[in-house]
Amino acid sequence: MPLWLFIFLAALAIIGAAGVVLQRHPVHSLLSLVMTLVVIAVLFIGLGAATVGFLQMIVYAGAIMVLFLFVIWLLNLQSQPLEPGHLALKFLGSLGSAALIAELLLFVVHPPPAITQNRAVAMDFGSIGRLAQSLFTDYLIAFEATSVLLLVGVIGGVALARRTTAGGGGAPGGTP
Amino acid sequence: MQQLADSLIAQGMFGANPPRDLIYALFIFVFSLIVFLGIAFPFAGIVSWVERRVWARMQSRCGPNRVGPNGFLQWLADGLKHICKEDLIPADSDPALFKFAPYLVILAFTLPWAVMPFSSQLILADLNVGILYMTSVTALTVVGVLMAGWASNDKWSLIGGIRSAAQIVSYEIPAGLSIFPAVLMAGTLSMQGIIKAQGWAPWTWFAFSNPFTFIAANVLYISALAEGNRTPFDLPEAESELVAGFATEYSGMRYLFFFAAEWGNLFIIGAIITTLFLGGWQFPLISNNAVVMNVLQLITFNIKVLFLVFISVWVRGTLPRVRIDQLMSLCWKYLVPISFVDLVGTAAWIAIWPSGNSVAPWIMLALFLAIVVTFLRRVLHYFRRSKMELYLSPTI
Repeated sequence: MPLWLFIFLAALAIIGAAGVVLQRHPVHSLLSLVMTLVVIAVLFIGLGAATVGFLQMIVYAGAIMVLFLFVIWLLNLQSQPLEPGHLALKFLGSLGSAALIAELLLFVVHPPPAITQNRAVAMDFGSIGRLAQSLFTDYLIAFEATSVLLLVGVIGGVALARRTTAGGGGAPGGTP
Repeated sequence: MQQLADSLIAQGMFGANPPRDLIYALFIFVFSLIVFLGIAFPFAGIVSWVERRVWARMQSRCGPNRVGPNGFLQWLADGLKHICKEDLIPADSDPALFKFAPYLVILAFTLPWAVMPFSSQLILADLNVGILYMTSVTALTVVGVLMAGWASNDKWSLIGGIRSAAQIVSYEIPAGLSIFPAVLMAGTLSMQGIIKAQGWAPWTWFAFSNPFTFIAANVLYISALAEGNRTPFDLPEAESELVAGFATEYSGMRYLFFFAAEWGNLFIIGAIITTLFLGGWQFPLISNNAVVMNVLQLITFNIKVLFLVFISVWVRGTLPRVRIDQLMSLCWKYLVPISFVDLVGTAAWIAIWPSGNSVAPWIMLALFLAIVVTFLRRVLHYFRRSKMELYLSPTI
């Protein structure tokens, strides 16, 4: 991928990410997030990891974003003016973001040797065969642990949904 | 595309020492123009006329028959009418998103054409993850539809958008899982690779190679109809309940964009199933001339796709709309488990018979023909009992 293309796409991704934070309306923030994720998928494809890029587009831009939109609509979030106060939150937030920026700058100034050295990339880098081989041999335990984690999430979601409907008083704001 | 350009350069069509990169770029540009202006958008228009004619005939009506011979130019008249209409933007809408949503839908409709395998050499880009590309770019449709539904700031639009999102996200799972039996059989994700793993004869197609892929092809077709908002799954734009669903507030060209994408998606649905399960452009090798073979393959591919498009039109004219709970239970209680069984079954089949079973394709083909014969007997029975004048004169 040529450098100018990378810079253009990276700028788009950063604009989208800034939009997530700066937009007032939750739906606009969400659509900015979609833009960021699609641009990151394109960056993956440009770096040779086509499978990961397209999977990112299907899973994140296609499916997960829709679920987010559902949640926003079901909770009926509206654009809200910034609330005054919460000085402690602002302080903690700026502290956290300062730490993240410092970490990034540290990486730029003193890059770890693993990033800078040129390593030979296998011919089938980014192909679905290589991806599957990594997932099911080298990182099998991590992969299975992640799927167990997702299963726990699903079961937790079902349990929470059951409790609200079977709680006697009905769903919040629902029929008596 | 590169192969075709290379073969033409080798034949000396561009002189002795041509600038290769420029010729490749020219080929891609010209081919994209042909695909969009000559195939994709006219197809969407013509299929709207075909659908209205076929549909009318199924209901013993005439359908549009005034503009041009048999009303063939009706689609051009409709297009011109929509271009000339006023482009209304509701006062309480979110104007930026309202204007942008149709473009996103039309983008998700045009992107899949890049990997459309028209023949062994007529393909814009033979990506090695072609089918994954196709599913991922069509997944962008849902963002456009949701955006349209929400930005209109209208109850019907919002309900249509939410229904559409729930439907597309749900049916993406059986559709995605049903793609993989064919991918397992071929051992590649590339569109051309999948077609090359099949032969020209029906018993070498993946649809008939074992019982699991036969079911997977059917599941994929049903899920694709649901993803394309086609009857019997057209709840997002149910006319009798939601006016026009997510497109209620749209008018003029923007409204046309949604429906051009919907009708054009019929071709993409047909092309995906043709590529994965029906042998794609495969045609017996009867000539060594590359041009002749490519033309024959192009015709073969299009006949298969257009037949599937006709079946979609037919289904729309035949079946009533399902309810939303029936839609969801069909997906989650039936299609998702069936497609999981298909995937595991195909993998087991390949493990047992790595080079393919020689008897199974014939049994599956015989089963398929038995279904077709039974169906035709039923149809002929009704033909005998009905008035024949209207059915037998298609040019009223």
